[in-house]
Amino acid sequence: MGVEGVGARVARKEDRRFLTGKGRYTDDMVVPGMKYGYFVRSPHAHAKIKSIDNSTAKTMPGVIDVLDGKQLLADGIGNLICGWMIHSKDGSPMKMGAWRPLAVETVRYVGDAVAIVVADSLGEARDAAEAVVVDYEELPTVIEAVDALKPGAPQIHPEAANNLIFDWEIGDAAAADQAIAEAAHVTEVDIVNNRLSPNAMEPRATLGIYDAGEDHFTCYTTSQNPHLARLVMSAFYNVAPENKLRVIAPDVGGGFGSKIYIYPEEVICLWASKKTGVPVKWTADRTEAFLTDAHGRDHVSKVKMAFDKDHRIIGLKVDTIANLGAYMSLFSSCVPTYLYATLLSGQYDIPAIHANVRTVYTNTAPVDAYRGAGRPEATYLLERTMETAARELGVSPAELRRKNFIRVFPHQTPVILNYDAGDYEASLDAAMQAADWNGFAARKAEAERRGMKRGIGMSCYIEACGLAPSQAVGSLGAGVGLWESAEVRVNAVGTVEVLTGSHSHGQGHETTFAQLVAGRLGVPIDSISIVHGDTDKVQMGMGTYGSRSGAVGMSAVAKALDKVEAKAKKIAAHLMEADESDIVIENGELKVAGTDKTLPWFQVALAAYTAHNLPAGMEPGLKETAFYDPSNFTFPAGCYICEVEVDPETGTTEIIQFVAADDFGNIINPMIVEGQVHGGIAQGIGQALLEGVHYDENGQLLTASYMDYAMPRAADLPSFKISHQNTPCPSNPLGIKGCGEAGAIGSPPALMNAITDAIGNNMLTMPATPQKVWMAAQATH
Amino acid sequence: MAKVKLTVNGRAVSGDCEERMLLVHFIREKLGLTGTHVGCDTTQCGTCVVDMDGKSVKSCTILAVQASGSSVTTIEGLAANGELHPVQAAFKEHHGLQCGFCTPGMVMTAVDMITRHGGQLDEQTVRRELEGNICRCTGYHNIVKAVLSANAEMHGGAKQAAE
Ligand code: FES
Ligand code: FES
Repeated sequence: MGVEGVGARVARKEDRRFLTGKGRYTDDMVVPGMKYGYFVRSPHAHAKIKSIDNSTAKTMPGVIDVLDGKQLLADGIGNLICGWMIHSKDGSPMKMGAWRPLAVETVRYVGDAVAIVVADSLGEARDAAEAVVVDYEELPTVIEAVDALKPGAPQIHPEAANNLIFDWEIGDAAAADQAIAEAAHVTEVDIVNNRLSPNAMEPRATLGIYDAGEDHFTCYTTSQNPHLARLVMSAFYNVAPENKLRVIAPDVGGGFGSKIYIYPEEVICLWASKKTGVPVKWTADRTEAFLTDAHGRDHVSKVKMAFDKDHRIIGLKVDTIANLGAYMSLFSSCVPTYLYATLLSGQYDIPAIHANVRTVYTNTAPVDAYRGAGRPEATYLLERTMETAARELGVSPAELRRKNFIRVFPHQTPVILNYDAGDYEASLDAAMQAADWNGFAARKAEAERRGMKRGIGMSCYIEACGLAPSQAVGSLGAGVGLWESAEVRVNAVGTVEVLTGSHSHGQGHETTFAQLVAGRLGVPIDSISIVHGDTDKVQMGMGTYGSRSGAVGMSAVAKALDKVEAKAKKIAAHLMEADESDIVIENGELKVAGTDKTLPWFQVALAAYTAHNLPAGMEPGLKETAFYDPSNFTFPAGCYICEVEVDPETGTTEIIQFVAADDFGNIINPMIVEGQVHGGIAQGIGQALLEGVHYDENGQLLTASYMDYAMPRAADLPSFKISHQNTPCPSNPLGIKGCGEAGAIGSPPALMNAITDAIGNNMLTMPATPQKVWMAAQATH
Repeated sequence: MAKVKLTVNGRAVSGDCEERMLLVHFIREKLGLTGTHVGCDTTQCGTCVVDMDGKSVKSCTILAVQASGSSVTTIEGLAANGELHPVQAAFKEHHGLQCGFCTPGMVMTAVDMITRHGGQLDEQTVRRELEGNICRCTGYHNIVKAVLSANAEMHGGAKQAAE
């Protein structure tokens, strides 16, 4: 079974349905009597709602009902919450303004939902929505985070004076200040991390079904963590008690973080179904997605990095302002704090670090985790600073990094994290070799002869993945624990069902999870089914984000497999009259070691269920559950190198080569891991070259369609050179670190370092559009 | 209301719809063929690509009534007798898909591209001709590989048949 087990490039089990059009996504669902929901959304970024008149809309063809926030409030549906409590450095809790699923008194960003129309067809619902008359009194707006903190800025939530949500710090300010005062050299940089739209190709959708006979709700939705959706909607939003609510996330067309959160539409479609007595389906169009999916990034930072005379980093000071948009989304507060500032040591041994983070409200869409969540922001800041420092110090960027690498593990950083294992030099060497770093000067000279500017840039990233352990995140303010659950059900005929709380929205769990089981039990991959995404089938789970499915989710499966194997061995030993400790499982058989006695796997399974002949006192059946809570985060790391050519006439950047050398620990399916890296790099390159969310000063979204928001297309990207240096992770039984976010974390700084190297001007912000690059290149002359 | 009659995946079908209904919605909602997806509202993403009378079209850009009388192939009509089409097989072999949402449109575009170029495809051409299809998951690397591999397979296959 080695060909299907751990480490094999197995083609994906799930592909057939996707390739033949048989995938089942939320918008594909049709249930009897189903109607269409369409939202009336605010056209203003900030306004008081004086009145809502739906009398005409209600009489229009096909319209079943029009519901607004007052009715929602009257029915006791709760406000949306942020589930991670952060305290300011003065000890006060973060200031959470009310986020009503349908706005009642005030709208705070363009797209804020005000009412929902339910009608027979989407067209009729849309027509009627146009006829809902909302009388707004416009209020002044603020868009940029820095402006939101200025005296006299428009006040967005009464709870948060000066729009400040929290003023948080980590590390030792005095030590960092002292290092800067004593330094031989201090590099100072201003860093902007541009706001992005996640843009999963499947727009968000939700289908709320209320069954009056059973007094029970079902919610089909595009979610990365259906159990959390159920928990939050039960415990906080008062939609239905947990036992009366089933959440199903069927095939989900990409998430990248944007489908972790519980959005107003899920709550409203369920509630509207009960109000109207019909199932209500809503599917975002792309413009709605741009307006209302939580955005990512949007940090502005000031950085000071202190070096001694030997170019060793002796201190780092960071001051960041993070824009959280109009409301605090479910995980928004942990992104610019514990997922960001705790990574500011990067791969480097830095004795003193201090970071101050202020988060603010603005009249823009909520900002939350997007691929990497905090870690891309930390890496971008650090790796742009390292590059700048190398230039200022006149040393090779590779050597500056090498000199400062952490080499002894475990390593306690001054900002909480304890790195368990790694070999940063191995990745650096592999990347430099693959990129032919030493041959660059000749290539640059050759490009110059053609009138082109060539540049090379690297970035050495680290991230904290496998989000857990529960006790640690709890002590940092998380509202939930971050363990994972699994159940391994061996059927009487020996086929296996694995129920997992992880959720796949493109990562290929149906294949990799099955590979793990195939490797352990020696049964063919086709006889193993992976069940996920349905709260009625899987008892509990914490979903997929932060590259936690392998390290946490599969570790839970491994724990359940331990129990299944132990019981199967007991049964086999009993049947073959052997000692339990002599039984081995190999190639789908249970064998007595050193003899020719064997039992096929299916016979042991059958024996467990027929139960005619089991060891005395043993319960029949072969089905085990495990919850797994890891002992630490995992720390994937790597080195990315990008080489570009900039046309000085046009400012156009062409990526000549892109090299990624990653350390993900043990790998289940290299093909799938490579795919994850490709996708991540594409998103990182998108951020660096093309993508950016832009609002005008009134809060109108200027990038609300694919005509205005530049998504990376095939011709914008190169083929990638990828390699792995795998130091197993000591913090989970499988040695897995996680690979989903690496590409998006490592690539923006590598690319920006390459472009700035090419044009010889460091003053460039993402996205490095031709116009910006051209202007920066001109400024160097 | 308008009456629409067309041939879809070789089968004659008809249905009533609002005049403003787009072909993609007709295919998805009236025919229940949900493999054709909707990913945008500005004809940019290509998740809705189908073949109409031998030309690949974005079915979000055509009214169902405009398509009346034509012959349409959707992703559901590509595999024959339970066998994946060579393009589908190549996407699977080269891991040219992750979440699968862009995949039907990608595959339909690739089939059209390979047919039009009669075997003369290189990486640059594939990348350029994928301009109407967005994938957020794969970074295109493996999609490009899959298209080139299917092209070689189909071209080689055609040559063999001709010999
Ligand atoms: S849905 Fe047709 S191009 Fe996007
Ligand atoms: S596979 Fe997810 S969008 Fe292409």
